[in-house]
Amino acid sequence: MGKISLEVNGRKVEKEAPDNTLLSTFLREHLQLTGTHIGCDTSQCGACVVHVDGNSLKSCTALAADVNGSKVTTIEGLETNGKMHPMQEAFKKLHGLQCGFCTPGMVMSAVDLLQKNKKPSDTEIRDWLEGNICRCTGYQNIVAAVKEAATKM
Amino acid sequence: MASLVGSRVERKEDKRFLTGKGRYTADINLANQTYAIFVRSPHARASIKKLNIDKALKSSGVVSILTGKEIADDKIGGLIAGWAIRSEDGTEMKCPGNPPLAKDNVNFVGDPVAVVIAESLTEAKEAAEKVEVDYKVLKAVTSTADAMNGDTIHEGIDKNLCFDWLLGDRQKVKEAFDKADKVISIDIINNRLIPNAMEPRACVADYNAASEEITLYTTSQNPHLSRLIMSAFGNVAPEHKLRVVAPDVGGGFGSKINVYNEDIVCSWAAKKINRAIKWVAERSESFLTDIHGRDHVTHAELAVTKDGKFLGFKNETIANLGAYARVFGTVTPTYLFGPCATGVYEIPAAYTNVKAVYTNTAPVDAYRGAGRPEATYTIERLVEKASMELGIDKTELRIKNFPTAFPFKQTLVHTVDSGDYVAGMEKAKQMADYKGFEARRRESEAKGKLRGIGVTSYFEACGIAPSAAVMSLGCGVGLWESAEVRFNPTGQVTVYTGSHSHGQSHQTTFAQIAADELGVPIENIDIVHGDTDKGTFGMGTYGSRSLAVGGIAIVNACKKIVEKGKRVTAKMLEANPEDVEFKDGEFIVSKSNKKKTIGEVAFACYLPGVRDEMKSPLPEGDEPGLKETSFYDPSNFSFPAGTHIAEVEIDPETGHVKLEKYTACDDFGRIINPMVVEGQVHGGLAQGIGQALYENAEYDETGQLMTGSYMDYTMPRADNFPEFNIGYTCTHATTNPLGVKGCGEAGAIAAPPTVMNAVIDALGGQEVTMPATAEKVWKACKNLKKSNSKAA
Repeated sequence: MGKISLEVNGRKVEKEAPDNTLLSTFLREHLQLTGTHIGCDTSQCGACVVHVDGNSLKSCTALAADVNGSKVTTIEGLETNGKMHPMQEAFKKLHGLQCGFCTPGMVMSAVDLLQKNKKPSDTEIRDWLEGNICRCTGYQNIVAAVKEAATKM
Repeated sequence: MASLVGSRVERKEDKRFLTGKGRYTADINLANQTYAIFVRSPHARASIKKLNIDKALKSSGVVSILTGKEIADDKIGGLIAGWAIRSEDGTEMKCPGNPPLAKDNVNFVGDPVAVVIAESLTEAKEAAEKVEVDYKVLKAVTSTADAMNGDTIHEGIDKNLCFDWLLGDRQKVKEAFDKADKVISIDIINNRLIPNAMEPRACVADYNAASEEITLYTTSQNPHLSRLIMSAFGNVAPEHKLRVVAPDVGGGFGSKINVYNEDIVCSWAAKKINRAIKWVAERSESFLTDIHGRDHVTHAELAVTKDGKFLGFKNETIANLGAYARVFGTVTPTYLFGPCATGVYEIPAAYTNVKAVYTNTAPVDAYRGAGRPEATYTIERLVEKASMELGIDKTELRIKNFPTAFPFKQTLVHTVDSGDYVAGMEKAKQMADYKGFEARRRESEAKGKLRGIGVTSYFEACGIAPSAAVMSLGCGVGLWESAEVRFNPTGQVTVYTGSHSHGQSHQTTFAQIAADELGVPIENIDIVHGDTDKGTFGMGTYGSRSLAVGGIAIVNACKKIVEKGKRVTAKMLEANPEDVEFKDGEFIVSKSNKKKTIGEVAFACYLPGVRDEMKSPLPEGDEPGLKETSFYDPSNFSFPAGTHIAEVEIDPETGHVKLEKYTACDDFGRIINPMVVEGQVHGGLAQGIGQALYENAEYDETGQLMTGSYMDYTMPRADNFPEFNIGYTCTHATTNPLGVKGCGEAGAIAAPPTVMNAVIDALGGQEVTMPATAEKVWKACKNLKKSNSKAA
């Protein structure tokens, strides 16, 4: 057991957790932030993507202890004053989600893309999202949503 | 008021999903809950000599360990096949018992033998490692084609044959073939797939000792049906003491139709230990134990005249059921497959013969399209081959054999009420610039690439289905759907549906329908589903049935509300009910300015009186309240259809297939929400293209799944697809009041043959099996070079 101190969605949290606790488990089980989803056990699906110190990360690939002291943003922290982030708005407007399970990771990943590349091409968007699997949408409306968000961010 | 049906209404469900507030089963935690881990067979086929839990019981935190013995002692029933199929010789199908925990024999890798329940997940995992199972390993049967020659898996089931089923007339087909100028034949494999909904299966079971009620939260597409099966066959609890809740469900595609071992075991065990139990599948467990899809080996023949008229069709298929027959396991390769195998064509004589076999692999059941992708792949590969052999343009050959009038009495079973297949073909050709293909082929050739074009015309029978028809064919339940429309006294509406949404957007599309029918703003309408304690019994979502069956139940319940509203308005305004018209939420007495809003009528129904007067707004015979129910049983299946065209470019140096263009022109009848329909088409296409180019579930000869993770099973990614070109022809269905047909499965049905026809066209007609991986295609390119150099 060790003490994990993080700033999650702008709030300081301190919790005891076993040393082998994954960041994804810490968020879901210790902080009840269940918007971060677990879709696989091989770090392939991307449903658990969050931001750690501003960069996207599959939260199942890091121990909570590894990111001790970091600033973490999850899907729950993307709204500002109850207003959805332009990426969230674009996903809604362009039907970039169906069952919603891959969505949190997809949105977090897409937001990071636009931080790094303000006007990505279709190919760049598709390449970037290669680590996020969606089984519902066929990706077309996700790509459209990312392009739409790029015009609003 | 503008109609919402037909409009691009943004989804009501999206905000919660986009802000992390979705509530999936794995997000549910109950007070004092325990955690379950299943001990699973590592062998594909073995008998259990000894199972020792002594060491595991002493492990830290263990609450209970239950095995096949306890479940048998408690007379908890097993998993069942939902359809009884009869063989050609009149004998009934043969199904083995499928206990929720295996006691004597295991029949696929992943078959559960025990459940370990502990205070924490870690402790449950540690204890599960200590359960000692002594297996006698037996020779596994894994090949679909050879299953009938393998060892007998289930005692008393000779040749591992569940049934040998025939649909059609062999004699008529023989006569048709005798008259043929040419017979086109083909041998194809419909590759085995794993549905892979992104949310792994999970359940949380709770027992309330005071009410003696079990509550099961589970990842199900049909909670009511799950409860029925668990109660009637599983003997878990009587239906009124079993509540099944399917909250937000993260995709299903058929894989969550079934009741699974874990649902039964956790529900039964929760009562036994009087504590809540949580189980969440790891993805590797999903790969091993979710139902798989497809897995057919087929030989088919088409008898044709020299000018391309189809005369007869034969289809001999071996279908793999896996280790056990599950809910839709036996109907998928029969009534969902055979009737559609003649495709969109007038073929005077046809038969489909299916031998369904058991193997030591995961159960095979309904996966998006269920039987119809296999049927469409068979006929459309055959027709494409016929076009090559006859030298007739692939689109002309199809048009030549399309029905010319509707209703179209299809060869084997269905009467297709509506459609215009020629219009669909012409529009698809235009959208795809079919004429310009030869120029594009030359451009590719100039770059050293091979280019191919593939076409598929399909129809599917969905909107399942008329109860009397399906029950006559062996279905264990009627496939109607229920809806209850409930007004609150202050005018908002709650619609309870027996359908279930796991991505389909019912909260929005069903609300659009109810808003139009009732003239109530969409924001005042809530759609409730997924909880057996809320709303009436319903049959759930699969077979593109939610709208064409569930949606009509909503329409019918709304119409009953309007009828009552007319009677009440007439009484309130002292008019004849026949003179009251309903429009845009208002009941208007014709030729007058007297009217009541539907909100005023609802209010009056709940508060039926006035101060100081003995006066009721309710006519004699009408009770207070405003709530109506409908159980809608469709009169026919619905028949979406369309033509898809794909273009691929192949690099002969690497064998890489690039899908350059994909055009889909579908007829789904009337469209409720174009945005949602587009999404359904895109998703179906991605799965169908996945089958053609990427996905394959593979077992080795010992029955180990070789593709048991996302590192081995190729899931299509964003960079695998071009932008799809989507269009429609909308001929309204004549068999339901909305004119709708269903759109959820079309992409998965049409895409595999469309893409493969394009690949095979590029390869000069050489057969390649799905998935058309770079390795297979590269080898075919080598052959092509050889034959070209010989010809030169």
